[in-house]
Amino acid sequence: MSIGIHRELLTPHVNVGDAVFKNLTRFFALLIVGMVVLMAFEMYGSAKLSIEKFGWQFLVRSVWDPVKEEYGALPFIYGTLVSSALALIIALPLSIGIAVFLAEIAPRWLERPLSFFIELLAGIPSIVYGLWGFFVMVPWIRTTVEPALSSTLGFIPLFRGAPYGIGMLAAGMILSVMVLPIVSSISRDVLRAVPRSQKEAALALGSTRWEATRIALSYSRSGIIGAIILGLGRALGETMAVTMVIGNRPTISASLFEPGYTMASVLANEFTEATSQMYLSALIEIALVLFLMTIIVNSFARLLVWSVTKHGDAARRT
Amino acid sequence: MMKNFAAIFLLTSVSFGQLQLNGAGATFPYVIYSKWFDVYKKKTGIQFNYQSIGSGGGIKQVIEGTVDFGATDGPMSDEQLAEAKTKQGTDVLHIPTVMGAVVATYNLPEIGSDLKLTPDVLAGIFLGEITKWNDARMAAVNKDRKLPDKSIIVVHRSDGSGTTFIFVDYLTKVSETWKTKVGKGTSVNWPVGLGGKGNEGVAGLVKQTDGSVGYVELAYAVKNNLSYASIQNKVGNFVKPSLESVTAAAIGESKSLPADLRVSITNASGKDSYPISGFTWLLVYANQKDKTKGKALIDFLKWAVTDGEQFAAELLYAPLPKDVVKLCEKKIASVSLP
Repeated sequence: MSIGIHRELLTPHVNVGDAVFKNLTRFFALLIVGMVVLMAFEMYGSAKLSIEKFGWQFLVRSVWDPVKEEYGALPFIYGTLVSSALALIIALPLSIGIAVFLAEIAPRWLERPLSFFIELLAGIPSIVYGLWGFFVMVPWIRTTVEPALSSTLGFIPLFRGAPYGIGMLAAGMILSVMVLPIVSSISRDVLRAVPRSQKEAALALGSTRWEATRIALSYSRSGIIGAIILGLGRALGETMAVTMVIGNRPTISASLFEPGYTMASVLANEFTEATSQMYLSALIEIALVLFLMTIIVNSFARLLVWSVTKHGDAARRT
Repeated sequence: MMKNFAAIFLLTSVSFGQLQLNGAGATFPYVIYSKWFDVYKKKTGIQFNYQSIGSGGGIKQVIEGTVDFGATDGPMSDEQLAEAKTKQGTDVLHIPTVMGAVVATYNLPEIGSDLKLTPDVLAGIFLGEITKWNDARMAAVNKDRKLPDKSIIVVHRSDGSGTTFIFVDYLTKVSETWKTKVGKGTSVNWPVGLGGKGNEGVAGLVKQTDGSVGYVELAYAVKNNLSYASIQNKVGNFVKPSLESVTAAAIGESKSLPADLRVSITNASGKDSYPISGFTWLLVYANQKDKTKGKALIDFLKWAVTDGEQFAAELLYAPLPKDVVKLCEKKIASVSLP
């Protein structure tokens, strides 16, 4: 806000070109807001039939029967949340480790190519992840990972059941690979933004490298949380790769070996052949739920990232 | 919204002066349709623009009137026909073009190919009632084989598809339990099993998983050398799926086809009929609005169901039998021009 006041003080007379430019860019910016609002409005309109018929029950019902026209989104919401959470649980320690190594430990000649490879991971199309997951990772999970888990941790219901290979575990694992580059590269940038003075002060006081890193980590805590939530956003919306390995079964089961289903997957799978009005409407309501969930997650991330940059600015000024 | 886009699209395509017919729908017959469009264009200069967006999408576009013709693997319902009539002011005709079949593919290395399945057993497996390969009902029809004591892992399509429609339409006809518990549609609420996306997703899972069974299109199974089961047909013979046994199913039913040709021929009569077979249809408006376009479409349809059929077998579609071609020609002749 304060910066805006300064800008006006510096330019007392209004230039026509500037005014046009200002309004044009403002229009572009508002266009985005308009699009989001329009999307939500359009989806609400198309989902109305289902919203009116099922009400709030839609969110807690577990039945999905296109033949009898009975719809409920719970297994999809559950599948989306669990697969994404699983992805974060696997990806988080890895990403933070990578970020710390890149920002604090790696020599420059190693850091550059490593960063390049990690960002390369982010650019691979999700269908490629899906195919790799389906033909390489799933057989490996079936023959190695699941038998190993059930023989060691089989006393926990999470790791019981027949080793199909595809299922919630496979979905979580493929998502973790996809989330990894986002979380690690943002965390690296956040760690780099920690003022040198802080680390140098810690080192000067006789702390070890690990202790100095811990200080840097705690300094960039909210930024890393922001990175995690952006990663979560990616995991929530991922469609193709998940569809290929999750088993596409709308059930809620305790075991990670069992198949599941996500909101994005059911849309990708059933939208093209949904012919009845109610069926389409129920699918669009799922899209609406996913849309709202993503908006909430993203605004949360924005807030966190925004708060950390403010902290960073404050620190730099002092 | 969609309608507007399609309208803009149509405008741009017509403005080039050359006659172009726009269609959308089923993915299953896409290969032969592209062949037809290609050959027919060389013959007559008429352009076709066909979008294989799925049967459901094709029906929707026909109802909205955004295409000149549609294509579907499952016939339109009475409600959909009524909706199309209100919106477009004309009936929609179903013209069968070629036939396909759905096969039960399985992975049992110790058995190899040519497992025999009865309708009861097939329904039992997909209902989750038969869970072991050495189930007594299975063993009763495969006496010459030593069936393994393995769990059956069921694989089905996760995406809505005409293939699923034909398969569950068959199960609905042969199993009362299936009919009441599950029913038929392009997607259903499967009692058991894992969902694979597309033919390749189902086939991939079956190939990877020991003891699994799934269903895919015949053409896909043949091209990929999958092992598939013989199914017991209505008269009690075990029939191996092939282009001949699929055409046989249409011959078996040709005497009893209803006037609108909007019929499923699963569980067909006739001793050589493979029971999980079905037509795929082109959808055309009974009263054409544009004289030139309508005429071109009629000529194309006539050519497709006669000369066009010769391309079917090499592309692994079963051609229509002569009797059905006659019915199609009669139907095409009933299309009226303004």
